[in-house]
Amino acid sequence: MPNSHRIFDLRADWSALLLCAAATAACSPGHKSSADSAAADRAAKDTTHAAAPATSSPRADLTGAGSSFAAPIYGAWAAAYAKLAAVHINYQSVGSGAGIRQLSQQIVDFGGSDGPMTDQQMAQAKGGPILHFPTVLGGVSITYNLPDLKQPLKLTGPVVADIYLGKITKWNAPQLAALNPDVTLPSQDIVVTHRTEGSGTTYIFTDYLTAVSPAWANGPGKAQVINWPVGLGGKGSEGVTGLVKQTPGAIGYVELSYANHNHLPSALIKDARGEWVAPTLESVTAAAAGAVTKLPANTDYRISIVNPPGKGAYPIASFTWMLIYRHMSDSTKAREMRDFLRWAYTEGEKSAASLDYAPMPASMVPRLTARIDSIMGPAR
Amino acid sequence: MDGGAVGDRVYRWMITGFACVVPFLLCLIAWEVFRAGWPALHTFRLGFFTDSEWDAQHGKFGAAPAIYGTLVSSFIALLIATPLAVGVAVFLSELAPRPVRQPIAFLVDLLAAIPSVVYGLWGIFVLVPFVRVDVTPFLKDTLHLGGLPFFSGPAYGYGMLSASLILAIMVLPYISAVTREVLIAVPRSQREAALALGATRWEMIRDAVLPYARSGIIGGIILGLGRALGETMAVTMVIGNRAEISASLLAPGYTMASIIANEFAEATSELHISALMAMGAALFLVTIVVNAIARWLVWRVNREAA
Repeated sequence: MPNSHRIFDLRADWSALLLCAAATAACSPGHKSSADSAAADRAAKDTTHAAAPATSSPRADLTGAGSSFAAPIYGAWAAAYAKLAAVHINYQSVGSGAGIRQLSQQIVDFGGSDGPMTDQQMAQAKGGPILHFPTVLGGVSITYNLPDLKQPLKLTGPVVADIYLGKITKWNAPQLAALNPDVTLPSQDIVVTHRTEGSGTTYIFTDYLTAVSPAWANGPGKAQVINWPVGLGGKGSEGVTGLVKQTPGAIGYVELSYANHNHLPSALIKDARGEWVAPTLESVTAAAAGAVTKLPANTDYRISIVNPPGKGAYPIASFTWMLIYRHMSDSTKAREMRDFLRWAYTEGEKSAASLDYAPMPASMVPRLTARIDSIMGPAR
Repeated sequence: MDGGAVGDRVYRWMITGFACVVPFLLCLIAWEVFRAGWPALHTFRLGFFTDSEWDAQHGKFGAAPAIYGTLVSSFIALLIATPLAVGVAVFLSELAPRPVRQPIAFLVDLLAAIPSVVYGLWGIFVLVPFVRVDVTPFLKDTLHLGGLPFFSGPAYGYGMLSASLILAIMVLPYISAVTREVLIAVPRSQREAALALGATRWEMIRDAVLPYARSGIIGGIILGLGRALGETMAVTMVIGNRAEISASLLAPGYTMASIIANEFAEATSELHISALMAMGAALFLVTIVVNAIARWLVWRVNREAA
């Protein structure tokens, strides 16, 4: 009889185990990463509260999530800053959209996004008003596969828009020939390529096309994800690059530093002054410097800087933003955040170029650092 | 001395438990996917399955192009892979000299061990240029099939045909491995009887061995089909990712699994996420329906044979 008792227990253990396994599997798959970071966040909070009474100057770790474009520089900044201030900043490269979502649900302390939040997104954020801090700049290169072309292709915004609308379909079309009088373009079909997933690069690219082409503005418009009239889709910068490299006659758009790293040919784009500008870190910073001259004093920095005035300004450029609640969840974190941002704008920006990011123009930095003090602890 | 009986009971409970876990997990997954996809299914109702516009930008989600892409690419893949796989299996079980059987069988099975992303890379660097530079001109100019709707339009290389070809290679080892096992299991007496009646070797294989193994071969094809319907990475890398129904096999397309893989991480709106979950549910349904049809076919074939 004692024998059978033991067996009964064993059986109970088994069924408990199986239930556990099933419950784990039932956990909604889509929100795994956010659940993980929520747990990490809670853990971070717990340590803060536990440590607060013991030490005179409490420390808090900051968590962030969002833009994959900005992830390498935020990672480098975090590493450099951790040595200096003993504050750990944990940034997850989950994409701009997911970053905005996680910030709205107060899962992370700050978000990263390549496109500004919309008014609707701002209204839905759980933690109140959100401040946009532009940190570095990104540009978008128009790349192409024309092996016989020895000099950079020249393009204007409206022509690029017409190519992506499917109105220009051959490389030797008169519109293209007129822009490139010195070269003979082949009679090949233009193979249009684009990103398939939501992407900050797509936002910047379509923001530009919307600004310069009425046909594009009335058609697809600007968004992170576009219902493309024509073309092949690739996932990520590497997907689009693969499509362009493997397909003669292809055209695509990729993030500037990615294009430079992979030695992709980049088209010269006609700027607002009618001059040809190549995509470089300098010409992208110049775009911000040009755009900032027109800013009102009370700007919230949710601004587009495509097709800016100013000499040598590359027209397809954008800020990437850190998104921070005006009232952060606790005052220690707010202080850490202010200190980190101050460091980032003074010291961090210096390392931007070496990491292939266009730094903020010097003219903007004082205005941005002055704004840091509006980050506060919880509202009473 | 009831130790043996108790052991049996423990064993029985354990085995029953294991057997229950799998259907239970399946039900949980189905429940979760349908639940998460419900907002989209509720918004678009049947239109989710029949509308041909997948437009995340404006929040319109119709899964028809992806369902079409999944079914067509898998069907063509089976059309190509089945004769090849059965041929390989017949060769290995009936014709090949003994010393080469094991090595060739091993190499064919090895095809199944290659990660799909490696297939995808191979697809981008070898298959896609091959389809663009060699296959398309051959179809259009040499065979003069360019007039047919199936082979019209420009040659991107990326498209339904490349996806089907890569799927064919990926499902081939599954079909051939099952078929080979089934053929080996055909009793010797079956073969000897056919030969004794004066059949040639080919007649023996065709009339005595293959019909005997028929339901097993169809089972292998179903296994391959399941693999083709769900394959994601390799297909995504070569299909061109365009949510459009086109009669041309040279045109880019999309599959259900590819849309989910491409868009899930960067989907922001609740409706978009829900639509992708609903797409998962639809893939679930399509797989079940296609499998049901295939099983019904097996059942009918067996009944006719009886």
